[in-house]
Amino acid sequence: MAAPHTAPHATAHVVDDQTTDVPTFEASGGDWSDIAEEAARLGEERIVVNMGPQHPSTHGVLRLMLEIDGETVTEARAGIGYLHTGIEKNMEYRTWTQGVTFCTRMDYVAPLFQEVGYCLAVEKLLGITDDVPERATVIRVLMMELNRISSHLVCLATGGNELGATTIMTVGFTAREQVLQVFELITGLRMNHAYIRPGGVAQDVPPGAIDSVREALTQMRHYFRQLEDLMLANPILQARLKDVGSLNLAACMALGITGPVLRSTGLPYDVRKAAPYCGYETYDFDVPVNDGADSWSRVLLRMEECYQSMRIVEQCLDRLAALPAGGVMVHDRKIAWPAQLAIGTDGMGNSLGHIKEIMGTSMEALIHHFKLVTEGFRVPAGQVFQSVEHPRGELGVHLVSDGGTKPYRAHFRDPSFNNLQAVSMMCEGGQVADVVVAVASLDPVLGGVDR
Amino acid sequence: MSAEHRPEKRPAEGEAAVPAGEKADAAAAVKPGEGTTAPAAAVAQQTSAAALEAGSQNVRGDVDLATARTPLEIVDVRTGMFGATGSGDTSGYGGLVRTIAMPGASERPYGGWFDEVVDVLTEVLDESGTGFANAVEYVTVDREELTLHVRREHVVEVARALRDDPDLRFELSLGVSGVHFPHETGRELHAVYHVVSVTHGRRLRFEVAVAEADPHVPSTTSVYPANDWHERETWDFFGIVFDGHPGLARIEMPDDWPGHPQRKDYPLGGIPVEYKGASVPPPDQRRSYS
Repeated sequence: MAAPHTAPHATAHVVDDQTTDVPTFEASGGDWSDIAEEAARLGEERIVVNMGPQHPSTHGVLRLMLEIDGETVTEARAGIGYLHTGIEKNMEYRTWTQGVTFCTRMDYVAPLFQEVGYCLAVEKLLGITDDVPERATVIRVLMMELNRISSHLVCLATGGNELGATTIMTVGFTAREQVLQVFELITGLRMNHAYIRPGGVAQDVPPGAIDSVREALTQMRHYFRQLEDLMLANPILQARLKDVGSLNLAACMALGITGPVLRSTGLPYDVRKAAPYCGYETYDFDVPVNDGADSWSRVLLRMEECYQSMRIVEQCLDRLAALPAGGVMVHDRKIAWPAQLAIGTDGMGNSLGHIKEIMGTSMEALIHHFKLVTEGFRVPAGQVFQSVEHPRGELGVHLVSDGGTKPYRAHFRDPSFNNLQAVSMMCEGGQVADVVVAVASLDPVLGGVDR
Repeated sequence: MSAEHRPEKRPAEGEAAVPAGEKADAAAAVKPGEGTTAPAAAVAQQTSAAALEAGSQNVRGDVDLATARTPLEIVDVRTGMFGATGSGDTSGYGGLVRTIAMPGASERPYGGWFDEVVDVLTEVLDESGTGFANAVEYVTVDREELTLHVRREHVVEVARALRDDPDLRFELSLGVSGVHFPHETGRELHAVYHVVSVTHGRRLRFEVAVAEADPHVPSTTSVYPANDWHERETWDFFGIVFDGHPGLARIEMPDDWPGHPQRKDYPLGGIPVEYKGASVPPPDQRRSYS
């Protein structure tokens, strides 16, 4: 345990026996070579550089502590917690349905995966997994796969931007815009959707949504061709990414790394195949693998995964077109929220028909509405763990219920949190500039890391 | 509802779960002739049976309560709807008494591959001289998930057996999660581990319970290096000390943060409002549905 500190501090210098009489260099802006010369003049060989927590290439507020020798990184450590907002604790004081609103804000680049993982876990606790309507499950898969594409696009786009390739960034974000417009059409929001609910989804897809998604897919294919033209034969990109940030299979298993980073070592581990949920076993898709185990192979993998996601999205659209509209929530009225949403003059709210019913004709309906929304439903005591394949790896949701109307404990095993442990292994011995590449190939999102 | 069903006041925090009046109710609710031999066990058994009788949340037809080795873990005994005393409960359900119990020990057959895994683990642990019964307190199968409740002294050995035996091969760890049960005297803090066997396509959970007064669990980082940050997180939020961890520092909260915020008794802040010095009380002190 650390020695008691005399005064409160957040991230001050380490003060112990080993650090007394050690000169400290604080650099904020200025010319790096001046600092290096000053260090050399003083005969100081050990230089520790803080990269972040405010740094454009750290995907948020990641702090990397790099000990460098010249341009070589001799030790790399990651410091996290700068975006910790206590979401898990907050969820313990909200109803099970309100929990969706919180967990969607964890990994904000892939919000629908937290929503689905959480709702599947709640449904498993309630024992209603098989009662969720087919249409709701298809919509969930559709939304997740679209989200996987948009998340991978952010990874590719920002990864390119960090290497100075702004066009990769602009093309990637333009392609992502197509997905976000679909999300806005279906959920009403571009992110923080709270669209997936325990028992189903908040509302059916609006009329014309299937055609809009097909149109968006066509557009995305166009942008993906542009991205491939820009990236795949690009000698600078290859020189920067190949054999950088290597992590082999043994290291991945030891460090619990999943997702594209694990699949870049050749192991086709994907929760959608290993422990199917939402009927993924009925969809026709491949799990792409690569055996390069470096940043370059992860770029190729993410590209290929986007195409596989498009395959699944097309199958979802065919199924949606074949299924009758409506019926996107369990029939149990003690769980399904009385949400008959409609677009009103003041934005989205409950439909006027429903308001008229509960306010004008049925007092029982009003009581039921009030009880379910303010009190929520009770979930039998016990614990479950539900995994979903997140764009960054395996997302695990550990829920404990004490039989009440609120989660007793909600824990999210976020893939970014776990994968960041690999930073040391991927960066040490490499160059400082390669740290940016290695971290980008892990694709951490700090909202998910810190929760 | 008769008068005895209305307890005078709620059990105080930290007090053993069942107040006298309710215990009598609970005992009365048990069918005559259904009991166990040891008196202490009988009370526990009856309480858990009463939990089921009283419409408790765990309806488990396949477990024979009379023969279950370990009583169900009583989480809470709740009265009324709001957890409020006096006139606070306006719901009309003020006399309601509900005992909440977690799923208890399961009996064989566990079903599916669960039996095979427990058999192999038994073999491995018995061979090493530790003995399955010494290492694993009980096994729970609930909602098609297998949970091994492991004694903390043997958690590293169990983890190593789960990882290394070719018939088990749970090679991928999904980390550690903590849970705080302040009502469970002597076993307040739980560390919950989830592991995956990519080889066999299986996943299970093992759980260690320790007392708040002695919150030490051996670190599993020597078996699963992936648990490094997860154990730091569990230390940070729950105060479980993982002995032998290479650097058990806080990970999410600042280094000098006092206390462990995810514990149930961690004080929460209220929100001051600009009205005659009033404040919105902290979430755990507001009236809420129990």
